[in-house]
Amino acid sequence: MSSVGQVQPQSMHFTSPLPLRSGASLRDYTLVYETYGTLNAQRSNAVLVCHALNASHHVAGTYAGLDKSEGWWDNLVGPGKPLDTKRFFVIGVNNLGSCFGSTGPMHANPATRQAYGADFPVVTVEDWVDSQALLLDRMGIAQLAAVIGGSLGGMQALDWALRYPPRIRHCIAVAAAPNLSAQNIAFNEVARRAIVTDPEFHSGHFYALGVVPKRGLRVARMIGHITYLSDDAMGEKFGRQLRNGALSFSTQNVEFEIESYLRHQGDKFSDYFDANTYLLITRALDYFDPARDFGGDLRAAFSRALARFQIVSFTTDWRFPPARSREIVRALLDNRLDVSYAEIAAPHGHDAFLLDDARYHALLRACFDNVAKETG
Amino acid sequence: MSERKDMELIAEMVPPGARVLDLGCGSGELLAHLRDARRCSGYGVELADANVLACTQRGVNVIQLNLEEGLAMFEDQSFDVVLQLDTMQHLRNTERMLRETARVGRIGIVSFPNFAHWPNRVRVATGRMPVTKALPYEWYDTPNIRVGTYADFEVLARKDGLRILDSFGIQDGVEIRRWPNLLASVAVFKFERA
Repeated sequence: MSSVGQVQPQSMHFTSPLPLRSGASLRDYTLVYETYGTLNAQRSNAVLVCHALNASHHVAGTYAGLDKSEGWWDNLVGPGKPLDTKRFFVIGVNNLGSCFGSTGPMHANPATRQAYGADFPVVTVEDWVDSQALLLDRMGIAQLAAVIGGSLGGMQALDWALRYPPRIRHCIAVAAAPNLSAQNIAFNEVARRAIVTDPEFHSGHFYALGVVPKRGLRVARMIGHITYLSDDAMGEKFGRQLRNGALSFSTQNVEFEIESYLRHQGDKFSDYFDANTYLLITRALDYFDPARDFGGDLRAAFSRALARFQIVSFTTDWRFPPARSREIVRALLDNRLDVSYAEIAAPHGHDAFLLDDARYHALLRACFDNVAKETG
Repeated sequence: MSERKDMELIAEMVPPGARVLDLGCGSGELLAHLRDARRCSGYGVELADANVLACTQRGVNVIQLNLEEGLAMFEDQSFDVVLQLDTMQHLRNTERMLRETARVGRIGIVSFPNFAHWPNRVRVATGRMPVTKALPYEWYDTPNIRVGTYADFEVLARKDGLRILDSFGIQDGVEIRRWPNLLASVAVFKFERA
């Protein structure tokens, strides 16, 4: 198995306004994306990979001259890997509102010529899926062999099955949920408050002031990170280990290794992630609820779907636990759709969807083998 | 190998084109056979990771689920046939699963090792627990926590309000309809809710 090698992002500019679920619209916008592998003559082997909260269009491969620049799902996507780029044309798209290239809060609002900042319209999973579909239109791809995503990416994969039923043959949703629980929303709200109450946030218009609400971003990332790991994984990795071997009887210095780890993660994150983007993406998570338009009936929501589904959850994921994936499976079964469901006994918690677990990857490999049988 | 013949005997009980739920579907061999030979659709239910993977590799729909947790995921009468083959004897909740089978399927088909097969009786008569091809385990390592007989099942079915539509034994891949409780190592019942 090898890497797709060096890759380069591409971009596509759209001048027709994108109507958003909120009623607002994006007047013009750019989508940044990457592709790996070759689109076949029948244009039937395209697989869309949807990204989660802090990832991007950079799914696989590396950037020239940049160390450690592997894409976020490089262990899954590449020649000979479970999502094999020798067979599939794989597409990663950066979602609108993100901070990695597609139009987002740090870009200029055409109406004011100033950075959008907090005025960037609230975007939803549905809006992202619509924009991805428009990109595929431009690429001449009428139907995807599969859509795959984990976590928030899994929600987009599910939404593809609902918004564009004939346009996808397979839907693979990993560590996803049919909506966020109150607890999930609560975690998001703590993260948002950390950002919004940072004095450097300036109501979201901090770009022109040359400051970054890093404190808020750090805390947001710390709380998020806790929820991505299982108690056991954290215990195994850090336990109660002390940073300096002995108690220093300080309330503010780093005492425990876990504190050091979380601070490090927070620092790293605050160096590259955008505060407005964090608010937007957590809101998109909160809003995702395809059953809402059907009186809370998820079965009715999925009655439009046509795809074959593979749903995957992880036993130690307490952010999007297996019970939430089973709700999806049940709705699919009730609609007599083709569905398989795997509950992977992985120790890592929610983050397991990004890791190279042998059972998980063997299953996805088998799943994509089935997808490949139909691509011609 | 009689397992293949056992499978084909049972497959013949499934109406062509039926929507099937196979509880404890193993590697999905029967479901693949029903799909290819009888145009059936449906899902397997399995707990073991290796079997879930094998089903996916065969292109058979499989739901990873512990049957001890029941079939809450499946609606009443949502399948033409619910199969519970060589599975019942591994379940603590045998009776509940039987009721669930009849709830979810219009027809239930179960198979299990018949403890009253004559070699088992002989072995018990000599004072030892049977170890045979159908029951290959020692008493201390058997995964079969519910061993019953062909005749026992008829009693349980009556108790749980199940109407037996057909029943027979299988011995060495051959259907046994005469004295199955004595002459067959495998018992097969087809039933519906009365």
